[in-house]
Amino acid sequence: MTTAEKYVTAAYCVVFAGVLVYLLIMALKLQRLERDVEEIERRVPDEDTEDVEREPARVG
Amino acid sequence: MSSPSSPTAATIPSVGRISLPALAATSLVLVTTALAFVFFVAPNDANQGFSQRIFYFHVSIAITAYACFAAGAWQAFRHLWKRDSRADLASYVCVHQGLIFGTLVLLTGSIWAKIAWGRWWLWSEDQLVLFLVLFLFYCAYFMLRFSVDPGSQRANLSAVYALFGVILIPVSFAAIRLAKNLIHPVVFTLHGPNFGGWILVTYCIAQVAMLVLAYTLYRLELGSKRLDVRLRRLREVMA
Repeated sequence: MTTAEKYVTAAYCVVFAGVLVYLLIMALKLQRLERDVEEIERRVPDEDTEDVEREPARVG
Repeated sequence: MSSPSSPTAATIPSVGRISLPALAATSLVLVTTALAFVFFVAPNDANQGFSQRIFYFHVSIAITAYACFAAGAWQAFRHLWKRDSRADLASYVCVHQGLIFGTLVLLTGSIWAKIAWGRWWLWSEDQLVLFLVLFLFYCAYFMLRFSVDPGSQRANLSAVYALFGVILIPVSFAAIRLAKNLIHPVVFTLHGPNFGGWILVTYCIAQVAMLVLAYTLYRLELGSKRLDVRLRRLREVMA
């Protein structure tokens, strides 16, 4: 491998690594967002459970 | 949102007509094609030899960085004109993308400079220095943005700053043409590109690949940022 070939390979590896690091950061961020969504889902009461627990009310 | 069991798959809000997976697949195909053309189709340059192959991605990434900054300025203008908070977020993401591509321009340019000039950086080169000024100007955008509390004031200040930054783009682009010492190669002149044949074809493919890749990353980041904002609002409502 000549010096020029080494440098050209290095340049393309830098581009590839840059995009890869960016995607890694985005993946980590999406994992955090997923955890946040799950946390909110846990805090929101389940509609079906709520219906079962609700006492029947007399109408009229 | 789809089913509660798999929230990630559909949690990124749609911010465009083309779906994100389709864009990602197109980017992958285009970048792979561009790499194949760069290494197996494009001929060696008569003057620079093999090292000229850096040019295909270096110039494409530079033009993409300019496009990102210009898109950021356009979104900033939209924010100031229509007071659209979504445009502020889009402007921020565009500038962020521009900085990522700008970093890659500086890195690949330095590697090429080491082969061609024997130096990693030349302070006497106007285009290099002006691109660095442009890069640092947009780095300061983030310092400004995160030094102000979230709200309309931050959005307005960021928009004005991003709008001013766009002035530096033609200055940076024209610097090499105005410079007296032409060490840095001139790729595009008033009479068109300084190359043809397979070199031009390869460059065009690389350019399209970089633009599509930048748009894909923009859509990905903007979608996650919008989701982040919505989640923050939900948390505030539930608190």
